[in-house]
Amino acid sequence: MDQQPIISFKNVNKIYNNGTVGLKDINFDIPRGEFLVVVGLSGAGKSTLLRTINRMHEISSGEITIENEPISDYKGQSLRLLRRKIGMIFQDFNLIKRSTVQRNVLSGRVSYYPTWKSVLNLFSAADKDRAIHALERVNLTEKLYTRADELSGGQQQRVAIARTLMQDPKVILADEPVASLDPLTTQTVMDILKRLNQEDGITVIVNLHSVALARQYADRIVGLRAGAVVYDKAIADVTEADLTKIYQTA
Amino acid sequence: MTTPEIPQRSWSQRWHVKAVGWTALLVALLMGSSKMTGVDVGMFFSNFDQFTNLLVRMSQPAWSYVPIIIQPLYETIQMAILGTTIGTVFAVPFAVLAASNLVHNRWLRGIIRLILDLVRTLPDLLLAAIFVAIFGIGSTAGVITLAIFSFGMISKLFYEVIETIDMGPLEAMESVGASKVTIIWYAVLPQIMNQFVSYFLYTLEINVRASTVLGYLGAGGIGVFLQRSLSEFDYNKTAVIILATLVVVMVIDGVSNHLRRVLL
Ligand SMILES: Nc1ncnc2c1ncn2[C@@H]1O[C@H](COP(=O)(O)OP(=O)(O)OP(=O)(O)O)[C@@H](O)[C@H]1O
Ligand SMILES: [Mg+2]
Repeated sequence: MDQQPIISFKNVNKIYNNGTVGLKDINFDIPRGEFLVVVGLSGAGKSTLLRTINRMHEISSGEITIENEPISDYKGQSLRLLRRKIGMIFQDFNLIKRSTVQRNVLSGRVSYYPTWKSVLNLFSAADKDRAIHALERVNLTEKLYTRADELSGGQQQRVAIARTLMQDPKVILADEPVASLDPLTTQTVMDILKRLNQEDGITVIVNLHSVALARQYADRIVGLRAGAVVYDKAIADVTEADLTKIYQTA
Repeated sequence: MTTPEIPQRSWSQRWHVKAVGWTALLVALLMGSSKMTGVDVGMFFSNFDQFTNLLVRMSQPAWSYVPIIIQPLYETIQMAILGTTIGTVFAVPFAVLAASNLVHNRWLRGIIRLILDLVRTLPDLLLAAIFVAIFGIGSTAGVITLAIFSFGMISKLFYEVIETIDMGPLEAMESVGASKVTIIWYAVLPQIMNQFVSYFLYTLEINVRASTVLGYLGAGGIGVFLQRSLSEFDYNKTAVIILATLVVVMVIDGVSNHLRRVLL
């Protein structure tokens, strides 16, 4: 692993417009290549934390740096380039349901093209190949021309991962990626994320509700409560008692 | 088996106070407004025989008139298609800018909506009269009138559709680093396409009918012939024109149903 952290939070606070505290004085580093799992009760601020990393949410104070660059000043093109290197996976997959799997996967590549080329669908042959390879990684090549809404939830999530791979991301953020999947599909999806982490060295940050899953896949677990980090340990040091404590109310 | 405890409905829920209240209010409004505007429903029924008389005279369509109206009918359809298309081309960007889920700038949205409200307020007959005065008698005036009318109607229908879409795919495209236009193209368009097509065809249908009326003002098309037949009391010709228009409207309806099924 690299000495320099890939992502670093310094005194980060987030207060929503309505006064809700989203994040409270967050300080921690994420080393390159880590598989980090964020746990916490509903409303603890997990989604908020994740979305500040690709600037889908703005922070109120403090600083987030990615590869040693503060990200808060990015605008327009530079913000899009930042987002290009950070893939995001959602609980509801967020595929374009009426479009084919191929188009959905290719849509992950649009930031490499000028707008007019994306609009006219002028993807290079190399990128069409890349789409097939991305689907190969999630074992879904046979669905290339299927419409996204004809897939099962687990398949849709795998297409979403393939879309993210098209970005060639250094980081993948996954916000409860398995919350709407059955136990078996859950393993498949988590295994894929783990493989991308180990084989490609992609830094993966996953929000999870399940403590068992967190222990199975994480290199490190961070616990949030009311927007603050209340727990932060490498997986080797995590005990069952710790985790029960995170999930205790009050 | 014991019956589970069911929560009590409140008094107003039990007697459907809301539904009854709204119905009463609506009826009152209807009666009030017909009184104020001087509409006499009784007159409608007492003069019913004149109406049936007209229907009887229209019940023998002059089929020999059909070849004569083919050309103007064709012109009407062209006017309607052209007007609707031009209106739609301008309506799409306005609809995007007026949609509250795409444009967060309240001022911009407010100004756009004000313009759209204004356009919808202009009566199409007034527009037709103005454009006939400017461009002279003929279909140019008709096309421009229909374009403006379609613009006002379609932009409103479209932005209301846009406001109902699922925002998830937009979030995903944003996270991928896509530009605004790309986001709209990839994540918005597929979600609204079939409703857009059906609203487009609906407007086209309305425009076919509207252009018959516009013909009265000299704005070209079948309307000129409709007006002539009516002023000459040639009701059997009128019947032919109405039937021909009906056929066109039905064809558009069929196309619309078909396309909606295909695009779903
Ligand atoms: N757009 C918003 N405006 C105001 N408050 C918000 C907004 N989004 C989230 N919050 C609040 O911020 C807090 C943290 O929310 P967040 O969605 O990050 O929690 P979470 O840990 O992801 O929860 P869950 O497990 O239910 O997804 C909650 O109290 C929530 O109500
Ligand atoms: Mg959440």
